[in-house]
Amino acid sequence: MRLTPVDVVLLGLHGLRTRKARAALSALGIAIGIATMVVVTGVPASSGRALDARLATLGTNLLRVHPVTVGDQPEPLPAESIGMVRRIGPVAEVSAVANLHTVARRSDRVDEHDASGLTVLAGRTDLLPAIGARLSSGRFLTEATARFPVAVLGWEAGSRLGVAAVRPGEPLPQITIGNRRFVVAGVLAPAPLAPDLDTSVVVGWEVAERALGFDGHPTVLYVRAAEANLEDVRAVLPATVNPRLPGMVDVSRPSDALAAKRATATTFGSLVLGLAGVAVLVGAVGVANTMVVSVLERRREIGLRRALGARRGHIRLQFLAESTALSVLGGVAGTALGSGAVVAYAMGHSWPVSIPSWVAAAGLGGATLVGVIAGVYPAVRAARLPPTEALASP
Amino acid sequence: MTEVLALERVTREYPGGVRALDDVSLVVTRGELLGIVGPSGSGKSTLLNIMGTLDLPSRGTVRIGGEDVTRLSDRRLSDLRGARLGFVFQQFHLTEGTTAVENVATGLLYAGVPRRRRRRLAEQALERVGLGHRLRHLPHQLSGGEKQRVAIARAVVNEPDLILADEPTGALDTATGDSVLNLLTGLHADGATIAVITHDADIAARLPRRVTVRDGRIVSDHAEGGTPCA
Repeated sequence: MRLTPVDVVLLGLHGLRTRKARAALSALGIAIGIATMVVVTGVPASSGRALDARLATLGTNLLRVHPVTVGDQPEPLPAESIGMVRRIGPVAEVSAVANLHTVARRSDRVDEHDASGLTVLAGRTDLLPAIGARLSSGRFLTEATARFPVAVLGWEAGSRLGVAAVRPGEPLPQITIGNRRFVVAGVLAPAPLAPDLDTSVVVGWEVAERALGFDGHPTVLYVRAAEANLEDVRAVLPATVNPRLPGMVDVSRPSDALAAKRATATTFGSLVLGLAGVAVLVGAVGVANTMVVSVLERRREIGLRRALGARRGHIRLQFLAESTALSVLGGVAGTALGSGAVVAYAMGHSWPVSIPSWVAAAGLGGATLVGVIAGVYPAVRAARLPPTEALASP
Repeated sequence: MTEVLALERVTREYPGGVRALDDVSLVVTRGELLGIVGPSGSGKSTLLNIMGTLDLPSRGTVRIGGEDVTRLSDRRLSDLRGARLGFVFQQFHLTEGTTAVENVATGLLYAGVPRRRRRRLAEQALERVGLGHRLRHLPHQLSGGEKQRVAIARAVVNEPDLILADEPTGALDTATGDSVLNLLTGLHADGATIAVITHDADIAARLPRRVTVRDGRIVSDHAEGGTPCA
């Protein structure tokens, strides 16, 4: 006689139904392992999707041009390099900042040597669209304000100088740069493509030349060019920027750095994934253990079933079905738990939720496999029990 | 008279030289109700196990429905138990956490009866033993006598050729034991073939045929009216 699949499933659930607490506890081991797997793949996948989305808005066509540092001082870029780069055909936007090597403080009462660790930059008025940054509050420098002691703070610089936001209608906050007072016109939002801007204070090009001893040599050029010609532009940039010493110019692509960061996160994720695999393995040992105990406790039931006409194969199938049901339940619970955690985490970071479907499939498939493997030994033991001995058990 | 079960010169020895059954021959024919009586240690449990194909003899043959079971594979033996035999145990052996109907329906599971039909037949069997009002009860909600009735329903649900009852009243008080015994005689009156294994001579005295076992041998075999059987 063959049992129908429905009968086999019911037999498998039978043992769990009558011992709910134990079933729940041993399924928990599998659930934790599977949940960890879902989380360690789902969270990086979601953050990756978020990064992709951010890169799409920021653009991957930005190049950063900076001098190579030799010894202590970087070889400065020529002052006319901005105009030279603008003449390259596919270049859409050029902007620049220059390090002023001075100190920004909350006020002149703060010791100059006890400064906030912020960089003071001279910045062009077209800086924001070039690096894809936005203001968090206030205004950026304009042609008019660039000539006056007006500063715009990076995101982190704002909080260090005690200016979290510039509120309309209130008097503009003041800070001290060098030995002069500057009013703060705005605070930037975090700038992922130019993260060094977050800890910088930006002032106008003209006021820097006039009041802070700036020589007009830019430190970093930001260049945006048509995506298709980006590599060509990249190739000609060093010679354009510094025709005398093209070797002293370095060109990088900030979006590559972000993508590399993501790759690092993935590598780290595979390590944690391995640990989650170990957790599933421990869960499997727990299931096998539960099943061995279950077989010992249910010898009389086994004997009875043999008397009622169960073949050895039927007994084997029943216990295999039970251990599979146990770990599939664990797998389903773990997948749900892990997905919930990923959704919560992604929503907390305002990321789009992404749980690769292969993860859910692998989780459930793995749990099934684990259940079958963990059940083999107890099932074989149960089936080998002679009916008379099983019935005579206390 | 149709032979249901026949033991021919059956000996069962266990490792270590213990001889639990010694050259036993016994024939059960259709429609019989017999008691196998003997004190504990007499070999009657071994006899029941061999009659029920749960154990095989060391020597001799066991025929059920004319077929020599000592030559069958475990798989064929299991099928034979499921189709031709019904068991009632002293300790009932009901499965906790499952209802009376489910317990009885298990008696048909391995016979390949479809699930819905199993349920209907199980309900009918429970009504037959007078438990039509206890279908959805769990074992711990039933009295001892009711549990044994459920077990009897499970043994008869597949209409077996032979019902083997091992001390069916052993775990019950006298009154409840009597009612269980009455149920068995009632089933016999309806045509069932039943062998009751017991150590209780009073119970055996109420059965039409009594086979007495001692030290692994059959020492007497009396049918109603006092005439010894073959």
